[in-house]
Amino acid sequence: MTGMITQTDDIVSVRSLDVVFHSRQAPAKAVSDVSFAVKRGEVLCIIGESGSGKSVSMRALMRLLPADRTKIGGHITVDGQDVLALSEGQLSRVRGSSISMIFQEPMTALDPVYTIGEQIAEGIRRHEKVSRAEANQRALELLELVRIPSPERRLKNYPHELSGGLRQRAMIAVALACRPALLLADEPTTALDATVQIQVLILLKKLQLDMGMGIIFVTHDLGVAAQIADDVAVMYAGRIVEYGSARDILLHPRHPYTMGMLASTVHGQDRHRDIEAIPGSPPDLRSLPPGCSFAPRCKYALEACTKAVPPEFARPGGGYARCIRMTEIVHQMGAPQPVHA
Amino acid sequence: MSTDTAAIGSVPLLAKAPRGPRHSFVRTVVARLRYDYLTLFFMGVILLAILSAVFAPWLAPHDPYATSMILRLKPVGFEGHLLGTDELGRDVLSRILYGGRMSLMMGIVPVLMAVLVGGLLGVVAGFAGGWVNMIIMRIMDVFYAFPSVLLAVAISGTLGGGVVSGLLALTLVFIPSMCRITETATTQIRGLDFVEAARASGASSGSIILDHIVGNILPPVFVYASSLVSVSVLLGAGLSFLGLGVAPPTPDWGQMLSSLRQAIYVQPIVCALPGLAIFIVSLSFNLVSDGLRQAMDIKA
Repeated sequence: MTGMITQTDDIVSVRSLDVVFHSRQAPAKAVSDVSFAVKRGEVLCIIGESGSGKSVSMRALMRLLPADRTKIGGHITVDGQDVLALSEGQLSRVRGSSISMIFQEPMTALDPVYTIGEQIAEGIRRHEKVSRAEANQRALELLELVRIPSPERRLKNYPHELSGGLRQRAMIAVALACRPALLLADEPTTALDATVQIQVLILLKKLQLDMGMGIIFVTHDLGVAAQIADDVAVMYAGRIVEYGSARDILLHPRHPYTMGMLASTVHGQDRHRDIEAIPGSPPDLRSLPPGCSFAPRCKYALEACTKAVPPEFARPGGGYARCIRMTEIVHQMGAPQPVHA
Repeated sequence: MSTDTAAIGSVPLLAKAPRGPRHSFVRTVVARLRYDYLTLFFMGVILLAILSAVFAPWLAPHDPYATSMILRLKPVGFEGHLLGTDELGRDVLSRILYGGRMSLMMGIVPVLMAVLVGGLLGVVAGFAGGWVNMIIMRIMDVFYAFPSVLLAVAISGTLGGGVVSGLLALTLVFIPSMCRITETATTQIRGLDFVEAARASGASSGSIILDHIVGNILPPVFVYASSLVSVSVLLGAGLSFLGLGVAPPTPDWGQMLSSLRQAIYVQPIVCALPGLAIFIVSLSFNLVSDGLRQAMDIKA
């Protein structure tokens, strides 16, 4: 099976991923035609508001969505393996060893009835044949790796005895237990204080550089994306609307949605200058408009925008944007509003 | 904007963690119970009841089966018979001590069996969800449609009475509520991130249930089971009062109450003693369950 896969640096490659949830009402198209790739040692940030399909795409990568109500289409290759073709048993071996995941809420993502050490050792013993003592030793090293102070004692602590930041570090230690090639991070810093947030981000970046793993980082915080990402994919209503290098997208957004999102963030503007909000609300995923999903909220929308889903237009700085007026709008607006670093 | 790679090497190590005792769940609960004197007292009562039932042969002053035509229906405090005698002249104290064995067994065994069977069904229903949940929970709802006393009497009566059928009847009565409790708890736990985290780290459904679900639903199940014991003692006594429990010569609180009630105008106090025993044991389990609920911080 692995012989057929072409040898690339891509640790994960997703091609035309579709995810449809079937419910008693109309099926909801949570993700449509999403493609991206992450190389070893790279960080891809998926940015989007709630319900844009970013978390769903990540869970589809590990097939964590309820199988009876979800239909996943397209191709997902992780570490040379076709994820959608794996059996349940094979999937269990891949999960936690080549891909693992960290979650938003460090409060609920750790089991309250086990100590931190037990939870790290559990993952190691599941995937590798090691003795209990060896697994405990590895757990200790992992706590040192994520820079938790007095790790010997923290190993024996229960999750509720740790602060939010420490808990998230412990969560990272659990996820890194088997040295995954790909780490999925679902808004891991959203629930943390700003000061702790930056510590965790720096830690993640350092671990990623040291271990050479790929990270897919889901967030709705553009500042976080700017800190950690190599590439950025902006999602709206289940589609990637803009994709490219982080620096280029955040400095020179080409899609009206990305522009709107950047304009609506607070970054030290003068008090008297109003922050622009994007008017309207995201569409219902059960009845998406036939054309560009953002058209109803877009101030540049034309008649043609509502006719067909815009294809990918190559951005000048690399990547693409799904907007038929990409070149015009930039021209018309002049230089987009700069991001204050 | 750019990632400050220089800063990465110098992640500040957080301040030293405060040194303190370990706070496992069990320790927290024990620490809270230590100052809950009411619960401790009733725990002592339960322990006393269990010990006196177990050691009845050594504690009982008389043979609980020995009848006497002369010493019938003697009052409390009668010479040699501390709690008097019954209508056949048997020592009431000895019979209460021996009867505790049957009554406590009727209280505890059905609950344990219901925890096993109902708990298993509830965990499966809660974890699987969907149509599995539908089928299991609707069957449980059918049992819920009958009042528990009526159901216990009907089942035990149909099975022909006796200890085994009584235990079986009570077990069947408790399975639906036990199942519902575990199903609710499991459904709540199943939606939490750590279950998904376990799945994301490669755990199979079986090991998620064993390692992560069971440990987390244990506190509410334990509290509920302890309150069910008090109900079970009452229902068990009720069954034997109706003659559906143990066969007559064997001492049992419910059955003693039933046979002594004819003498209610002759020796009202002696007559009430088996009822008092039932009351105390049932109340103790109920209050202990309440104390545990508070100590474990479970919302009712």
